[in-house]
Amino acid sequence: MLGLSKKDTTFLLIVIFLTLATPILLQPFPENSALAQFNAGYPDLMQRFAIYGIFAIGFNILFGLTGYLSFGHAAFLGVGSYSVVWMYKLLSYNVLPGLILAVIMSALFALLIGFISLRRSGIYFSILTLAFAQMSFNLAYSVLTPLTNGETGLQVYTNDPQVLMGPGSPSSPHFFGIVMNESAKVDIGGWQFTFSNGYYFCAIIAIIVFYLSLRIFRSPFGIMLRAIKTNQTRMSYTGLNSRPYTLAAFVISGMYAGLAGGLLASMDPLAGAERMQWTASGEVVLMTILGGAGTLMGPVLGAGFIKYFENIFSKINDNILHTWFSALPDGLEDALVFMLHPFIGKGWNLTLGLLFMLVVIFLPGGLIEGGNRIWGLITGKGRKSKRAVKDNDHHPKPSAHVN
Amino acid sequence: MRASFMDAIILQILNGLDKGSAYAMIALGLTLIFGTLGVVNFAHGALFMLGAFCAVTLQRMLSLSYTIEDPTQKDFLGNPLKVDTPYIVSWFGDSAGNAIVNWSVPLAILFAIPVMLLIGYVMERGLIKHFYKRPHADQILVTFGLAIVIQEIVKYFYGANPIPTPAPDMFRGSVDFGVMIGFAQNEIIYPYWRLVYFLFSAVIIGAVFAFLRFTTFGMVVRAGMADRETVGLLGINIDKRFTIMFGIAAAVAGLAGVMYAPINSPNYHMGMDFLVLSFVVVVVGGMGSLPGAVLAGFLLGILESFASMNEVKSVIPGIDQIIIYLVAIIILLTRPRGLMGRKGVMEE
Repeated sequence: MLGLSKKDTTFLLIVIFLTLATPILLQPFPENSALAQFNAGYPDLMQRFAIYGIFAIGFNILFGLTGYLSFGHAAFLGVGSYSVVWMYKLLSYNVLPGLILAVIMSALFALLIGFISLRRSGIYFSILTLAFAQMSFNLAYSVLTPLTNGETGLQVYTNDPQVLMGPGSPSSPHFFGIVMNESAKVDIGGWQFTFSNGYYFCAIIAIIVFYLSLRIFRSPFGIMLRAIKTNQTRMSYTGLNSRPYTLAAFVISGMYAGLAGGLLASMDPLAGAERMQWTASGEVVLMTILGGAGTLMGPVLGAGFIKYFENIFSKINDNILHTWFSALPDGLEDALVFMLHPFIGKGWNLTLGLLFMLVVIFLPGGLIEGGNRIWGLITGKGRKSKRAVKDNDHHPKPSAHVN
Repeated sequence: MRASFMDAIILQILNGLDKGSAYAMIALGLTLIFGTLGVVNFAHGALFMLGAFCAVTLQRMLSLSYTIEDPTQKDFLGNPLKVDTPYIVSWFGDSAGNAIVNWSVPLAILFAIPVMLLIGYVMERGLIKHFYKRPHADQILVTFGLAIVIQEIVKYFYGANPIPTPAPDMFRGSVDFGVMIGFAQNEIIYPYWRLVYFLFSAVIIGAVFAFLRFTTFGMVVRAGMADRETVGLLGINIDKRFTIMFGIAAAVAGLAGVMYAPINSPNYHMGMDFLVLSFVVVVVGGMGSLPGAVLAGFLLGILESFASMNEVKSVIPGIDQIIIYLVAIIILLTRPRGLMGRKGVMEE
């Protein structure tokens, strides 16, 4: 179906099902139960899952396939957000023109940055992209204030032209009348499920771009990109120029980032320069690595994982910990709470940093590799991989690219 | 007209020196680590920040005080006045004690050297060691993670706000630098501490170079940088020496941080701010070239200060924000090995 093999079709159908059922799946605990704080089925968070999923899928096309580590992808995220808000200001709150502009603008931007940065590889490429992103961030904060509204952030004011704004048009982001921040709430038993327009809009786009990335992974183009990661020198000896392929990958991943940025502004009509800061670029790197670079599902998992635990960990405080450990003896309870205290609430970044280091050190393939290893232990197939050849130059390691 | 033009130039050069000194010292450490161990250390900015917090810590330790009620003095409500006396003051007497508290930042140098050496040693043995054979991307990622962890730990203990850490009273105020070199009075005014910072960095950088140039240890390290395997074959434990060099690089970054504390109140993200720029400096100077890193550090610092002159900003708005990155991009594209880089070192 759709030009995919049978296995991939099943895979895609599972992904589509999971994505569409997210509002139900992420709400496993009834309201008012002690575990309700672990529910993630509210629109704001689910939208972020989908949007950062798109961002990470795009980043993975560049980093996962070609091995070029960009530290400047947040610049495209920012460009996308600014484009959408400008379209709100000039035309109307319909998100479609904005999203189209976001993709086009970020593609142009990526073409420019990529054309220059890709003349170098390795760490130089990372530093060049970092330099470009920091430049964009600094400019957005200072000189480009007429375009970006500086520190305040770009937003829609009442005296903006909004030429396409009819008398009946909604006054918040919408897609031909479907207002993003409206949602339907369904109560079943003790459970409350929220089906938000915004989430489904993001989810459908996410599924489409996931399908595109699946096709890219399976295409001859994708194989070229993998060849660049495996051995660029050998590729050029074969007579292939790798530059157009890397540039295409860079632009595609820039477009994904622009789209994600545009969607961020579609959910919340605001765009600020801090979205372009290099810590934001670092975040998408974290997501991709944590999930598993070079795999299809990894980056999405990583994005979901980080955004979910960011949300949960920031909410936990000492009182909640005390109730959890209340069964333990008092001294032990206090000691445990004291030990866990730095890692919760505002300490989420500490947990994230530690987790990230552990993943890079022990599990370079990310969560996906971890899952595979556990699966291998269960089914007893794990021993096979131990025979894998160590000599990377002559026997490039075959790596599983799906799941 | 001509004289005031010269004034402006000299003033901008001086203004660039303090930032340039910090860039040069951090970039020197980065290059040492890269040249010896071949590791790209994204946590180096965090080491700079730790140095600054060594100064904060020592200052806090020295000003630990006890409170007594002095019945002879009354506060405005008529109650006995509460007087805070640092333990140091009560131990060493008024004048010596107060001087020690006042000079806490320079004293922190003595405190920071062993601390930073130890941190560097532990970092190399505990973490970096396992990453020599892994790709550069992995090294970047794990040190990036480490930088986040260090930053968050500091934030946990010291809070998110900048902590003012004043220099000794003697160095408050400014020096009329113009008079010394034959200009009119009040033409070129320069804060004392920045001058101290520049001289300090010159001493440190000179010491590192002298250490590498004139000691047997330094000779072995330089030999190891040129050809690690052969030095190993000669029966010298080069790994151990490289570990020590990592410690020294950490100490240089830490000292840069200690002395920078009075210029810019330490906060937990100052390391990240400096790190990005220091990497740019290393690249401009030439990956693996020690003199290149120092030269590029000062050059970019001075260039940045020239770009922030109002005359320049009115011609090209926003240039002060991006000048360093712009220079880096141009250098990388036209001369990939940097200003003084050796041919073939990381030049793909």
